[in-house]
Amino acid sequence: MSSFSVTEPSKRSKWFAGTLVIVYALITMVPLAWIMLTGFKSPADAISYPPKVLFEPTLEGYVNLFTTRTRQTDEFLAANPPQTWYDEIVREYDMVIAGPSKFGERFLNSVIIGFGSTFLSIFLGTLAAYAFSRFKIPLADDLLFFILSTRMMPPIAVAIPIFLMYRQLGLSDTHLGMILLYTGVNISLAVWLLKGFIDEIPLEYEEAALIDGYTRFQAFYKVVLPQAATGIASTAIFCLIFAWNEYAFAVLLTSGTAQTAPPFIPTIIGVGGLDWPAVAAGATIFLLPVMIFTILLRKHLLRGITFGAVRK
Amino acid sequence: MAQIQIKNIRKDFGDFNAVKESSFTIEDGEFFMLLGPSGCGKTTTLRMIAGLELPTSGEIYLDGEEISQLPPSKRDIAFVFQMFALYPHMNVRRNLSYPLVSQGMARKDVKAKVEEVAGILGIQDILNRPVGGLSGGDRQRVALGRAIVRDPKAFMMDEPLGALDAEFREHMSEELRALHDRMNATTVYVTHDQLEAMQMGDKIVVMNNAVVEQFGTPQEIYDKPATMFVADFIGSPSMNFLHFDGNVGEGAESVTLGGEVMHVPRTRQGASGKLVFGVRPEHVTLSDSGAYRGEVLASEYLGTTQIITLDTPNGELKARIDSAQVAKVGEKVGLGFNPKTITLFDDGSGHALRSDLNNEVLTNG
Repeated sequence: MSSFSVTEPSKRSKWFAGTLVIVYALITMVPLAWIMLTGFKSPADAISYPPKVLFEPTLEGYVNLFTTRTRQTDEFLAANPPQTWYDEIVREYDMVIAGPSKFGERFLNSVIIGFGSTFLSIFLGTLAAYAFSRFKIPLADDLLFFILSTRMMPPIAVAIPIFLMYRQLGLSDTHLGMILLYTGVNISLAVWLLKGFIDEIPLEYEEAALIDGYTRFQAFYKVVLPQAATGIASTAIFCLIFAWNEYAFAVLLTSGTAQTAPPFIPTIIGVGGLDWPAVAAGATIFLLPVMIFTILLRKHLLRGITFGAVRK
Repeated sequence: MAQIQIKNIRKDFGDFNAVKESSFTIEDGEFFMLLGPSGCGKTTTLRMIAGLELPTSGEIYLDGEEISQLPPSKRDIAFVFQMFALYPHMNVRRNLSYPLVSQGMARKDVKAKVEEVAGILGIQDILNRPVGGLSGGDRQRVALGRAIVRDPKAFMMDEPLGALDAEFREHMSEELRALHDRMNATTVYVTHDQLEAMQMGDKIVVMNNAVVEQFGTPQEIYDKPATMFVADFIGSPSMNFLHFDGNVGEGAESVTLGGEVMHVPRTRQGASGKLVFGVRPEHVTLSDSGAYRGEVLASEYLGTTQIITLDTPNGELKARIDSAQVAKVGEKVGLGFNPKTITLFDDGSGHALRSDLNNEVLTNG
């Protein structure tokens, strides 16, 4: 018996691959770790040179992120002792908390628009992909090409027409407007990816369900959807990542009610000097939902990212 | 249980004609085989009966009711797929109960029925297993279970043994036939394997190029083929075709083949021109005295019998003879044909000429 095997890699190559992955992960995670650490630094530590790796952690950045503050006279400060731990933090700079900042609202907007457009993209994409996959549609190939062609130029190239259209339609700075926009951008990706996944599901399963007394929609809902779960999960992640991170349209089309987090975070810099810890805190919180979403769906992802190339 | 009547059914896929006007009747309780080479339209025919395809024209009657345009869920017909098509995200029990749940059957009754069917098929011990890890045979049993669990009017089976390995097929086909005899359910079974069709079927429809070539019992199909295609497709080795030019009058009892007079069943139909003398290998005998002679080209030893390939004045011929008989390669031997079994064909159309042998069969089919 030779120890060589085609399917089982040798110990040495496993060790090598493992090291490579770890080194690569470390390199890519440095900026991420940098941002997370900066969120807990004081403004002085954040800009010190050489950069501090060891420092005294503070929640200043987070407090500044979530609040608005005003400078007060010494008499006022003496007359009103701090009430809470976050009051105490801002007192060091002779300030008091005037109220909550807009970050919470903006973050909620991101959640509504990001998940809303992801849901809509997946919903429409699954139905369209199923139809393209299973039914004889006149000019199906041309329609699919048309759907794909919507992504052949960078979406921002049509920013001006969309800006004007949205102003006319009253969709500027609305949740609905942003959901529709991101859905429009994502739908071609969703249709194409999902069509690939649904094509892979043998027709017999649905036919068996039809024979077993179910309607076409029940067969779709009860048999095809569970089979397509992997594809739906990975497509959803792609859609969410785009909608969540989108910056240019958000700057252009939202300013108040529907403003998402990406255009908001840079504005923190302007409030009371270059407040890097607050920006870093905002970025850290902003990263979390996509991370959690991806971790939740990770078992589907591995198979999903191979685009259905691996058969069960 | 039900009788299924197919009348002038036709199916086109765009320009492609999958099934040409076909008609046949499947009697109540019959084990009915749809046999033919791949692409002959047999699966399309089966799918039309089940409702997975709608016929372009023609009618299908299930117990006298016209069903050709009904959706499959309204037909009460079960279907067993070649690749089983068990719902992969459900375990065995849920697969079996799925058709009952759709009918809105009470949970308690579903459980009882599933247990009963599992008992019939001997799969009680795997009811809670996911279908993914099952062996081919068990998957097959679950697929059958899902079909019989709701007592449908008829079963459609699309090469259900095609995905099993040869050894297990034999066993499973016996099991299937036993199951059919026990339930006495009308079953339509698609296969391209002529042995399977002969072995299991009460009746066989042979299809080729979208048309029904012949319809009858295995014996009729084998002994009295209606066309050269059927004669060639059924039997291994297949029927010998000796080509000759000749003139056969109505009522003739012999033909002239290679200068020798051969007796044939009395013809009921005259023909002339290019004709074919069809004889099964087991109806050929070797004798030293025969006037019609051929040279032995090869012999294949099969245990109790051997297959001898001979060169005759009318083309190559295979004979199945006792393996004790000696036939040396290169030797010229005399040949005899059992006159009662001969079928004459018209070479141009491929159709059998009517004779005392096959008249009844050809008139019905």
